[in-house]
Amino acid sequence: MSDASLSALAAQLAAKQVSSRELTQQYLDRITALNPVLNAFITVDADKTLTEAAAADALIAKGKAGPLTGVPIAHKDIFCTDGWLTTCGSKMLHNFIAPYDAHVIQRFKAAGMPSLGKTNMDEFAMGSSNETSYFGAVKNPWNTAYVPGGSSGGAAACVAARMAPAATGTDTGGSIRQPAALCGITGLKPTYGLVSRFGMIAFASSLDQAGPMAPSAEDCALLLNVMTGFDPNDSTSLEREKEDYARDLDKPLTGLRVGLPREFFAEGLNNEVATAVEAAVTELKKLGATTVEISLANSKLAIPVYYVLAPAEASSNLSRFDGVRYGYRAPEYANLDDMYCKTRAQGFGAEVKRRILIGAYVLSHGYYDAYYLQAQKIRRLIANDFTEAFKTCDVILGPTAPGTAFKLGEKSDNPVEMYLNDLYTIPANLAGLPGMSLPCGFDSQGLPIGLQLVGNYFSEAKMLNVAHQYQCVTDWHARAPEGLK
Amino acid sequence: MKWETVIGLEVHTQLATQSKIFSGSSTAFGASPNTQASAVDIALPGVLPVLNKGAVECAIKFALAIGATLNRINVFDRKNYFYPDLPKGYQISQLAKPIVEGGALKILVDGEERIINLTRAHLEEDAGKSLHENFQGVTGIDLNRAGTPLLEIVSEPEMRSSAEAVAYARALHTLVTWIGICDGNMQEGSFRVDANVSVRPVGQAEFGTRREIKNLNSFRFLQQAIDYEVRWQIETLEDGGRIEQATVLFDPDTGETRMMRSKEDAHDYRYFPDPDLLPVKLDEDWIESVRAALPELPAAMQLRFQNDFGVSAYDAGLLTGSRALAEYFEAAARACGQGKLVANWVMGELSATLNKAELDIMQSPVSSRQLGALVARIQDGTLSGKLAKQVFEGLWEGAGEVDAIIEARGLKQMSDSGELEKIIDEVLAANQKSVEEIRSGKEKAFNALIGQVMKASKGKANPAQVNDLLKAKLQ
Amino acid sequence: MSLSPDDVKRIARLARIEIDDSQALASQSQLNSIFDLIATMQAVDTQGIAPMAHAQEVYQRLRADSVTETDHHAAFQAIAPAVENGLYLVPKVIE
Repeated sequence: MSDASLSALAAQLAAKQVSSRELTQQYLDRITALNPVLNAFITVDADKTLTEAAAADALIAKGKAGPLTGVPIAHKDIFCTDGWLTTCGSKMLHNFIAPYDAHVIQRFKAAGMPSLGKTNMDEFAMGSSNETSYFGAVKNPWNTAYVPGGSSGGAAACVAARMAPAATGTDTGGSIRQPAALCGITGLKPTYGLVSRFGMIAFASSLDQAGPMAPSAEDCALLLNVMTGFDPNDSTSLEREKEDYARDLDKPLTGLRVGLPREFFAEGLNNEVATAVEAAVTELKKLGATTVEISLANSKLAIPVYYVLAPAEASSNLSRFDGVRYGYRAPEYANLDDMYCKTRAQGFGAEVKRRILIGAYVLSHGYYDAYYLQAQKIRRLIANDFTEAFKTCDVILGPTAPGTAFKLGEKSDNPVEMYLNDLYTIPANLAGLPGMSLPCGFDSQGLPIGLQLVGNYFSEAKMLNVAHQYQCVTDWHARAPEGLK
Repeated sequence: MKWETVIGLEVHTQLATQSKIFSGSSTAFGASPNTQASAVDIALPGVLPVLNKGAVECAIKFALAIGATLNRINVFDRKNYFYPDLPKGYQISQLAKPIVEGGALKILVDGEERIINLTRAHLEEDAGKSLHENFQGVTGIDLNRAGTPLLEIVSEPEMRSSAEAVAYARALHTLVTWIGICDGNMQEGSFRVDANVSVRPVGQAEFGTRREIKNLNSFRFLQQAIDYEVRWQIETLEDGGRIEQATVLFDPDTGETRMMRSKEDAHDYRYFPDPDLLPVKLDEDWIESVRAALPELPAAMQLRFQNDFGVSAYDAGLLTGSRALAEYFEAAARACGQGKLVANWVMGELSATLNKAELDIMQSPVSSRQLGALVARIQDGTLSGKLAKQVFEGLWEGAGEVDAIIEARGLKQMSDSGELEKIIDEVLAANQKSVEEIRSGKEKAFNALIGQVMKASKGKANPAQVNDLLKAKLQ
Repeated sequence: MSLSPDDVKRIARLARIEIDDSQALASQSQLNSIFDLIATMQAVDTQGIAPMAHAQEVYQRLRADSVTETDHHAAFQAIAPAVENGLYLVPKVIE
């Protein structure tokens, strides 16, 4: 059961070999067994989950099932879920029972997919190791002394540990792809605007995008079919024809032009990662692809640009957490101003406060042009590099992260070193392009290595095709950590 | 030293839309607290704004009405500050690329026309309300108003007296209600004025340091607040003090302005383009269709009233004080073809009676058609001015139509000269002394005789006819 | 470019985050290492480059002006720290 693909699970449900309640209960049991070790979930509510599973069974019985009806899924705790605790990994929202459903949640509910619970994450999605969560760090299922990556670390860990067949994530600077890489699963960040942000607690609005996380590219394609679509409640949601992201999965890769950005294979890249990624390139060539060297010269500026733009937007987005209408309020204060200052000092963790301060500073009087405006201009230069590159290639390939998972606590005192983890993932967010990570090997310590694909706008089906064809001839994605009880 | 006052106004007009600027909540006034505050309005985590087309259309109307530039691409920014009536911790407004720039408004002060230029007008969201009453040591927050669309209209600092500021504010009030983008209800806060006031020695080119008087919600308070502020600033300067830039509130009870304590620390609003909203594009077809649907504007109507009906520029200004008044006047004038006479009646008897009854023109018991009919009966000689007032009273009381009231109350002016001659003969016979005085040259006695005749006719005689007949008989 | 502890306190004040002297000092060095990283973009010549605020070159969609929301204040206020008579309560606001 636990290694079955989403389409296989759906087939078993449709054939009534298993009910959604039975299937969901099996995952809940595994969560009960493993969560004390991995801390991948913040909230599990078996009663609610099983009620949803029963409703899915009723749909199946009535013949009204969709492609994934009855298959359970875990949701990142950044999505508001009606009646569920929705914390965003923060003390600020430790008591926030969301009174409405995010658009993404609505879509999975409409598809009849029961929610297994809310997954752990870096506080307000700010982090690359899942160590900034108020609810404690998540452990990497491949080695529990290591981080799972972040910010969708709970989602990646629970899929890797087969506590859920799939999970939702969000990606502002790599928060789907980097934990997918570090946990050995597949994750996709769609083109900005394909998935509604309504109800997804905002980190950096112009970069945030939700996407699927699952063992395989095929699973991700099916999940993407559920998640994407126009939402009138999100002004940045794009009005496009609905497409089937699984339509090209089986296409041969003959003639595929793979772009290899010089800058992604330069200094700073771990040797074992480089070797694994190069081996994957060889596999793709065997499948008929050709390679072309490209340059993303401005991508070296992606981190400084990102650490201006994302904190600027975040500092403003997080101003609503003031202790007035919901969430945490400091127990003692002298007056209104003191209530604000204490509530926010106590309710936010160190990394969130650090980014709020950076954001407030770069937007403040006298610094706006030098920081914020300059960063927005370089953002365009970075996007322009991609436009040029896609004139000569169909998909860009490189490592997802410079290394494999690192030890818990290893980088938590050094923010800059932590930030460098997102070196290869951030450029796609800045340009608004789709990016995905898929497993392509293991290092000498048995930790997974991730391969990143970046596609042109709206080329998700093409990327999924490439990833699926690769996964048809490799089994990295099918491997699960052993020894977990 | 002689001082010159410099005033610029920032007016917040609540736009007359059904729903809020970024959510589908109702904007209706007076609902129970927070019952019109949606997830978006209370800024729940994860919610997003979607712009109301109606609010944008209001701004387009305004730009076209004042001859301003409409920025075909305009952008919403976030203005960041903490306040409990501001749920997101930022206000969505427009800083760098507002929807409207420039434009001008004509005002009339002491019979003189002046043009006041506008700097800009931008769309933004209103804040909620803080209620201090009924609570000990705490404030209650009602977010029903949060997200109500506002057009903030900013003038150039071109006004030089409180009278000019009031005239400008009134002209603006007339215009925004005229084109239907604001209900103009100042008690409910639909039209709120901030006045930037400074003084400088006459002849000095630079402006003095200004202080901003916040949230004036009547024209009277606007006048009083500016007058107080100007006196205070001049006194302060003449006493050797200096003016610090500040935000002040006007207290109508004391008639004084005082510093706002909450706004002490220097603001750094950290404006930046709102990433949740995309640039707004105004296409030409839309602008043209809004233009085509605009009503005739006050300035154009004033000219037309002067040309078509021969009323003075001053009267035309008064008659276009509101769209309802102008429409009333024009309908009555068209009904009888006597614009000048109708103008006198509208601004005289009708206005006075409405004021006394505390009614506005739209509530007038006398319709424009009835007033036109009344003036027609004056024109054709059926009624004297005095009789017409009696008919007007009948109309006001709802006693029926003009001719029916004349008939029922016997108010027709005497037109039979035989009957009138008989009355004159009787009056002359009874006032031989006056007759002799007149013949010896005492003009005063002649007027007394006219009065006698009018009285004897119970006011129904035509005064001009009496005059002619009397003169003839006394020769 | 480096921030002083006073700069840190000033921006903490803007962001309404209570911070004491020792915290300001500790934050200062970490923030400065981040600003050193950020500073690398200052050398780039961006003259004539239009700032990029959004990932897609699209314009704002407009909503029809109609009331679509209903009253949910009871549910919304069930999760509020302090309410009375339908109002959110905060320490006294001084104008």
